[in-house]
Amino acid sequence: MPEQLVFAMEVFLNGLMAGVLYALVALGFVLIYKASGIFNYAQGVMALFAALTLVGIMEGQVPFAHLINAMFGTEIHHFGWHVPALLAILLTMVVMVGLAWLVNTIIFKHLVNQEPIILFMATIGLAYFLEGFGDIMWGADIKKLDVGLPQGINEAIDEVTYGIFDYGFFIDNLDIVATVVAAALVFTLIIFAQYTKQGRAMRAVADDHQAALSVGISLNFIWVMVWSLAGFVALVAGIMWGTKSGVQFSLSLIALKALPVLMLGGFTSIPGAIVGGLIIGVGEKLFEFAIGPMVGGATENWFAYVLALVFLVFRPQGLFGEKIIERV
Amino acid sequence: MKMKLLTAAAAAVMAAAPALADLVIVDTSYRTGPYAANGIPFSDGYQDYFTLLNERDGGIGGEMVRIVECETGYNTEKGVECYEATKGEGALVYQPLSTGITYQLIPKATADGIPLHTMGYGRTSAKNGGVFNWVFNYPANYWDGASLAVTHIADQNGGDIAGKKIALVYHNSAYGKEPIRTLEGLAEKHGFELSLLPVDHPGQEQKSQWLQIRREKPDYVLMWGWGVMNQVAIQEAVNIRFPMENFIGIWWSGSENDVKAAGDKANGYKALTFHNLGSDYPVYADIQQHVVGAGKAAGAGDQVGTVLYNRGMYAAMLASEAIKTAQEMSGTSDITSAQMRDGMENLEITEAKMAAIGLPNFGPEFKVSCENHGGNGFGAVSQWNAEAGSFELITEYYQSDQDVIGPLVDEDSAAFAAENGIEGGC
Repeated sequence: MPEQLVFAMEVFLNGLMAGVLYALVALGFVLIYKASGIFNYAQGVMALFAALTLVGIMEGQVPFAHLINAMFGTEIHHFGWHVPALLAILLTMVVMVGLAWLVNTIIFKHLVNQEPIILFMATIGLAYFLEGFGDIMWGADIKKLDVGLPQGINEAIDEVTYGIFDYGFFIDNLDIVATVVAAALVFTLIIFAQYTKQGRAMRAVADDHQAALSVGISLNFIWVMVWSLAGFVALVAGIMWGTKSGVQFSLSLIALKALPVLMLGGFTSIPGAIVGGLIIGVGEKLFEFAIGPMVGGATENWFAYVLALVFLVFRPQGLFGEKIIERV
Repeated sequence: MKMKLLTAAAAAVMAAAPALADLVIVDTSYRTGPYAANGIPFSDGYQDYFTLLNERDGGIGGEMVRIVECETGYNTEKGVECYEATKGEGALVYQPLSTGITYQLIPKATADGIPLHTMGYGRTSAKNGGVFNWVFNYPANYWDGASLAVTHIADQNGGDIAGKKIALVYHNSAYGKEPIRTLEGLAEKHGFELSLLPVDHPGQEQKSQWLQIRREKPDYVLMWGWGVMNQVAIQEAVNIRFPMENFIGIWWSGSENDVKAAGDKANGYKALTFHNLGSDYPVYADIQQHVVGAGKAAGAGDQVGTVLYNRGMYAAMLASEAIKTAQEMSGTSDITSAQMRDGMENLEITEAKMAAIGLPNFGPEFKVSCENHGGNGFGAVSQWNAEAGSFELITEYYQSDQDVIGPLVDEDSAAFAAENGIEGGC
């Protein structure tokens, strides 16, 4: 087999894996948009906040330590304990549920029936507040996140592909874990939405707020639940991306990677986020591999958007999005 | 009655206003946003050194230093806003800590008559003081860095690197592209093969670049990164098992922040530096006593001795020595920004001076002149010791290849002079 084709196959597989990581971020956007029609600008910052909280809890970091020390002249930084990863993840989820309740109670409860642009602006405010709040709460330093996920080349794939192609493929163990986790997450979310009472209520709210209210569904409860789910997805994305780069404030920028995925997959479809992520991941990696060297490289960021735009021209609602028809 | 009211109003204003010191230093810092982890230690070091001079020595030459901090968030527009908002305070010098902000400020600061010190960043050809009268980039610049890295590689290979493959992984911005011309010149001179791998901002996803490195198997990888790009690159290098001792970053890719996320496997990673590391210098005892211990530190006091804290402190030390030079030249302690420029242009850093201020052997000796605003291009290589949790110097200071860099500086500065109608000359 020609060498370039073998390389392209490796790039293809890595593109799929990268796409899963993009999809993890996109899922959070989809959940909230689907249930409330809000494009949550703060989703990237929620991933950052969740990861910061997770590391803080694991390391026994005192929240607001700098503020407390500055105000009272103390020198406290750590509680002196380390919390196991699984327990820390559960505690972080409790924090994210609390955040969801606060966000709904303080902001969105008062904005029911407002124009989508108003809700969008509110999430911009939320994003900047949450970023600053996270900074004050946990500090701006880069934190190593280790919840026990494997990283580095997968030896088995390397050996098997070497036996076949005389060239061992590089697949990162962390990417494999992310793929399994994403698959489980999507499966669970779909089951939840289709077969549980709360899931059906969530879909009813997504279809028509007022009709859902009229049959006794609590809009507040559903919104808190959806923001909690988005918080959980943000935590998963934060763990995966934070393990790669350390937990730091640029983590909030991963939202930029989700936008073309949403444009392509549609804002209202959970499977769309996954398929969109895979198409974007594979598309940008193969384009960089084949065309990048001819045009000086660094094509991935813009090519993802070009790819999404091409799909938009033919399917404005995205591959799996719901067609919006307004009758006069 | 009117006179009484005016006098009372004036007295009230004077009582309410803070006591204005005469030496104004603006710290265009970034303590928030994606690059805060790097901006904080630099700013802490920069401010703490001036605070030390105020607390221990009563300022510089009897004049207290007033620090004005302005948050840029490493955003070019905000950096320019900071400059416009603070220049009226009587700023003596700006240290933008951003190549993007530097490029915007060069014409503004030149027009306003306020010097810029872009230490180890910014526009490299600003080394030519005949064209860039108000810009200084001593003690070393990006092109020095490129040459220093290649010289180190040559030293590792008995001086012969013909046929070797060197890849440059760089931030796809004006900053990241700076070393390319020099590396191309050096490739021609030494006969090595150069490949270029740009990484888009912010650099969280670099799989394509590192798969390419794995396929093409370069002997060495150089990196011009900043922020998250550094951490991801080092992690990806670990993932593909690239030998860390053959991975060399510029000085902006060589702080503790950059290696922390990759853990022990980053051991052996190298980075260039133009100043020493660690806190085993007499000045740190003074900083602990007069600044951190006295509760007057700019930050939490937890960054003292880190690579970027040292760099900020070193920048402040160079600024304060330039102030002293300006005071001596002008015969006045209350200097202006124009006198500060003269002080910077006549700055001489000697070992005796560094030892006297508690920083013996902290950096290379150099002398600034009108022809040379960039120092002598000396630097050293440091290496990450994961067990000790610190970067350690592994070479002496050595000079960059001035035969290659000199003509490039002349060519680029001449082009700038032609574009801007500058006659130039000293």
